[in-house]
This record gives sequence, structure tokens and C-alpha cells, in this order.
Amino acid sequence: MDTVPLLKQLSETPGISGYEQAIRDLVRDSLARFADEVREDKLGNLIALKRGEGEPPHRRLMLAAHMDEIGLIVSGIEKGFLRITPVGGTDRRLLWGQKVTVHGRRDLPGIVGSRPPHVLPPDQRDKALPWEELFVDVGLPPEEVEKLVRVGDLISFRQEALELKGDLFSGKALDNRASVAALILALEALSSMRHRWDVYAVATVQEEVGLFGAMTSAYGLAPDAAIAVDVTFGRQNGVPEEESFALGKGPTIAYGPNIHPRLFEELEATAKALEVPYQVEPIPGRSGTDAWAIQVSREGIPTGLVSIPLRYMHSPVETVNLKDLERTARLLAGFVARLEPDFLASDEDFQTSGA
Amino acid sequence: MYLEPLSNAVGVSGAEDEVRRIIRDALGDHVDEMREDALGNLLVLKRGTGPEPRPRVMLAAHMDEVGMMVVGYTGDGGLKFRAVGGLDARVLAGAQVQVGPDHIPGVIGLKPIHLLERDERERIPKIESLVIEIGASSKDEAKKAVRLGERATFLTRYQELGPTATGKAFDDRAGCAVLIELLQGEPLPFDLYGAFTVQEEVGLRGARVAAYAIEPDAAFVLEGTIADDLPRKEDVSPTTALGKGPAITVMDRSFIADKRLLRLLFNTAEALGIPTQIKQPGIGGTDAGAIHITREGVPSAAVSVPCRYIHSPVAMLNLTDLQQTIQLMRAALEKWTP
Repeated sequence: MDTVPLLKQLSETPGISGYEQAIRDLVRDSLARFADEVREDKLGNLIALKRGEGEPPHRRLMLAAHMDEIGLIVSGIEKGFLRITPVGGTDRRLLWGQKVTVHGRRDLPGIVGSRPPHVLPPDQRDKALPWEELFVDVGLPPEEVEKLVRVGDLISFRQEALELKGDLFSGKALDNRASVAALILALEALSSMRHRWDVYAVATVQEEVGLFGAMTSAYGLAPDAAIAVDVTFGRQNGVPEEESFALGKGPTIAYGPNIHPRLFEELEATAKALEVPYQVEPIPGRSGTDAWAIQVSREGIPTGLVSIPLRYMHSPVETVNLKDLERTARLLAGFVARLEPDFLASDEDFQTSGA
Repeated sequence: MYLEPLSNAVGVSGAEDEVRRIIRDALGDHVDEMREDALGNLLVLKRGTGPEPRPRVMLAAHMDEVGMMVVGYTGDGGLKFRAVGGLDARVLAGAQVQVGPDHIPGVIGLKPIHLLERDERERIPKIESLVIEIGASSKDEAKKAVRLGERATFLTRYQELGPTATGKAFDDRAGCAVLIELLQGEPLPFDLYGAFTVQEEVGLRGARVAAYAIEPDAAFVLEGTIADDLPRKEDVSPTTALGKGPAITVMDRSFIADKRLLRLLFNTAEALGIPTQIKQPGIGGTDAGAIHITREGVPSAAVSVPCRYIHSPVAMLNLTDLQQTIQLMRAALEKWTP
């Protein structure tokens, strides 16, 4: 599959936490091409199984990439304008002037607006507008808006993705559609590779509002190991070097209490063996990803985390390097292909190396 | 109706070429004279049918839009910029932009919300600390792609949403669209000068020299003006509102409208049943501010299409308001006498 059209479609399709129908349908079609079975669980997680070869029982690996995105929800309707409140960590500072789609009785294009700056007192002019002063305008007469929109309707960002120079790609919801793309490409690569473990590629739901999809899908699958695929802070102006990662230098492999040391080692060994560039991401505590929930499911699941560096997180202009996305796919597929049936089978496997 | 291509065209103050080209093509067969002056104003003449010497009416609409100018580079290939005209930093955060004559796509991002300190969450960074990302990875690469001084504007495409339309630069491509329609009509008894002016947003510069050259007996400025009809706490009359017809300026911060011209506009509107609204006095300024004090003075008026979210990536206007503005002006010109 070609990365750009795949990522463009994933980026531009709506799928806010709890209302992932549209993106789920798209991902289902993509995963179904490379999986033996695809099903949906009670929360809406999409689970695609690609069976390993050899005598059963097969060990089970879960790969999780959340498919939900942050957005807005209608909290009130006044004179045909929609009052809004966030779903997930939407960045209020950059809402004014953004294009959105209101998912009412039908999808309505709209924009986020507010009163003109000149009517504000001078000392307010460099402050982010509060929620009460932001409105979504769908450009229709109030009577029509009342018929088409209700409080509780979801509102997603509407943005055409852009190809920039240097293999960079910018669009909304690349957190985490970039990882979903990597997951799909990994499964595509695996369809011409041999592997022993069963792979459950899961597009999880509701990560942005509490990792809920990861919790329930991990419980349901009870995998022997899991790798979450997410995005991490890309190096950009104003962000400390030690909290961000270069674009174009490959995905990050996380290390820290959220990560099983054997998985870290095996991911790193795979990257080296395949000559895939990577960066080590030290995480002192919460990873802020599905990995945090998966690790403590049931009796505990050995968990790893691979992330794609991304600039301007939680904005409609999130930016990634396409090569990093492709490298992530290669790393995941390579990792799966190298898994031996006895990997992590022994109790003595838990040993943090060195420190 | 030229609003769509005009809105999509890039023309930041001082570099209005694309807009000028569209207007030239639109008017070629409809006017008797067309020239560009030393600032880039596009001045056209539709000769009158009456006997000489004929009076002159000037209609002005500005071609330029607010935008950005590239003033430097960051070490890792970003573009530093400043505002051209009145641009609020709040609409720049998270914007998609296009840079230079080749329309190179770029984005303006912010520090991620997760990494902000408490006090940073409420503050919008100043323009001086914003950067346009085009995907260059070094200063040299950025320099090769974009020269200092090149302009940038929002990357927005015009779209109709039923009774309304959204797009960038309705201030003042809406005025330009109205003026093109008026110049494509039948000739009038007097000489009709169309002035598609430049650099309004940086100080009404084009209008000043255009009015000097034309020496009109009266002038009408056609604008896209602020509409402030969103819900608010105090019950104050809005600056203008969408769907209430063309807005007529009685007084703004740049001039006081000529009473005769006001009477002409209101009487014409009433006779034809065209709704009008009075723009809330004391707000904003237009080319009329420069025109009315040219030489020994020019009686002037301003008629505007109300637009929400002006000077943002997506302004919004009501298409009926636009049509009614054209109708009103056409009828008023037919009744104008010196």
C-alpha cells in the first residue's frame, strides 16, 4: 500500500473518542485485507487476528494503536451558534478560525469563531479565548440549525492533510492515525513473512479519554505480550531537547517502569538487526499511552511501546516524517517475525539489565 | 460571480499580482481604459454616454489582504515572520498557510498542550515567537525555498454552506466581486472609474494616490466589513449582522460619510425594498478615509457586505447580502447626479 494515500484517508476520516464508527469502518477494510479474522468488541475496539504457523497452541502478541481522536461536543445552541466543550485534550488556544464538521442529523461543515478582537479590552487580547466565548458557526439560519443539531452532537476537525518538504506530512488526528497506518503497513508486511506467534492487531477506542479501549481489549485477549504504538513529542521550537525526539531519525523505543525490560531489549535488537534507525525514549513514569493500561490488565502483561515522533501534538497541524512511519511498520513486522515460541515463557525473564 | 477565485487568490499588501490578474481578465471587454499606477493600483474607466465634460464617480475596492511576511529563519529550517496589516496571533496558532508565489504549503504549530506550564495554557504566543514549518530541515534549505520578504497567507479554499459562504480575504475580495459586477453592467451617463486599490491594510496607501489621479466628484468604497452578531452578554446592537442586507457607514474611525450620498443610498434602498443596516458608528476604517480628504475633498460613502471572522482563515458572509449590495449600488449609481 502507498503510505501517503493511506495516511491521508486515515487523517481526514472522523472518529472522536466514543464515536469511532467512521474510522473503524475504514480501518476494518484495511486490516481485513491482511488478517485471518476481524471482529469488534463491546466498546468498539477493532481486533484483527493474523495466525502464526506451527503446532498450536500459539503464543499471543497484542499490537495496539488507538484510532480515536480528540474533538469537541455541542454543549448548547444559541441563536443558531453552537456552544462547545472539549472531548479529550483539545487545545483551546488554537481553536479560533479552525474548520470543523458538526455530526448532527447530517454532517455540516462549520468553523470555530468568536467575537472580533477589537471588542475585547486591551488586556484580554493576548489571552486564549475561554470556552464560553468560542462558537461553532455552520452558516445556516437558526431555525434550520435547531432541526439539524442537538446538544451532545460531536464535532470533529475538518482538515485536508498536507505534504510538506522533506518527507513531512501534516494533518489533524495524526495522533494516532500515523500509528494506525504503521499497524496496517506492518500487517501487510507480515502477510509475506513467517511467524510463530498469533498477532492481534487492535485499533483501540477511547484512549484520549481514559485508555478505556486498551483496558477492555487487553482483558479480552489476555495476550502473552503487548506492544502499544503511539506518537511522542517531536523536536520543535520551545520544547526541551530531552523531552522530544527528532523527526526523521526513526521511531522511539520506550524504556522505564511501564515497559518490560525484555521487550525493550528485543525491540532494540530487532531495530539493530534490520538496520532500522530508532531512538531510545526514557519514560520515568506514566507513558500517557495504551501501554499504561495494558501493563496492569489481569495479572499483568509484559508491555512495550514504540512511538512515532510528532510535532504540534493535539493541534490540527500535527506533523510527522513519513519515513518514521514506514520504519515503525518495518520494526513491528520484524519484531513479530523474530519471536520464538519460548520468548518470555520463563519466570526468570524479569530482570532489568544493568541498572 | 468572481468571489470564489478572488477569495482563493493570494494577494498580501504590496504583492497583489494574482488578484490583479483575475480582475484584468474579468474586465477586459467591459471597460474603455485600464492601467496600473506606480503602486500597483488597477484603475479602469467606463466612459459615460452623456456629453462632455462628464462628471466622475470613483468606486473603490481594495485587492490586498492581511497576511505575513517572512523576515528570517530558524536554525532547523523554520520561517520567522511578521504580520502585514492587522493580524491577530490567535488565528495564526494551528493554521495551514501558503508561502510565496509558488504557494509552498506550511503550518504554524504551538508547543503541545501537555508540556505547558500552568500560566502558559492561557497565553497565546506573540507573533515574534511563532514559526512557519514548511518541512525544511536546515536554515540553508529554508533559504533556498523561500526568500526574505516573501509573503504568506492562510491556505483556505472558498466553500458555500447554503445561504452563506466561507473563505479567506472576504475583506475585501467581496468588495472586488461587487465592483466587477458593477463595471460589467451598462454604461452610465457619467464616467465611472473603478479603482482596485492596493495596500489598504497597511494604511490606505493605494486609495490616496488613486483618488488624486482620478479627481472624482464623488466616491463609493465597497468593503467587506465586521459582522459581530454572535451571542453576547450585553444587549448592544451588533456592528453589523449577516442576512440583514448591505451595511452603510455613517461614521467610522476614518471618515464621516457625505449626507447627500447617504440620502441617495437610503432612498434607493427603500424604493427597491432592499434591506440595509447602519454599521455601528466609530468602528474600523476604509479607503474612504484617504479618498475623502484628497486634494480639496471628495464626498464619499462606504457600502459593505457584512462578514463574520474577518482577518481570520475563514470569514463568512451571506450570499444574499452580497447580491443586495450589487443591486443597491447599481440602482444608486443610476440615480446619482453631481
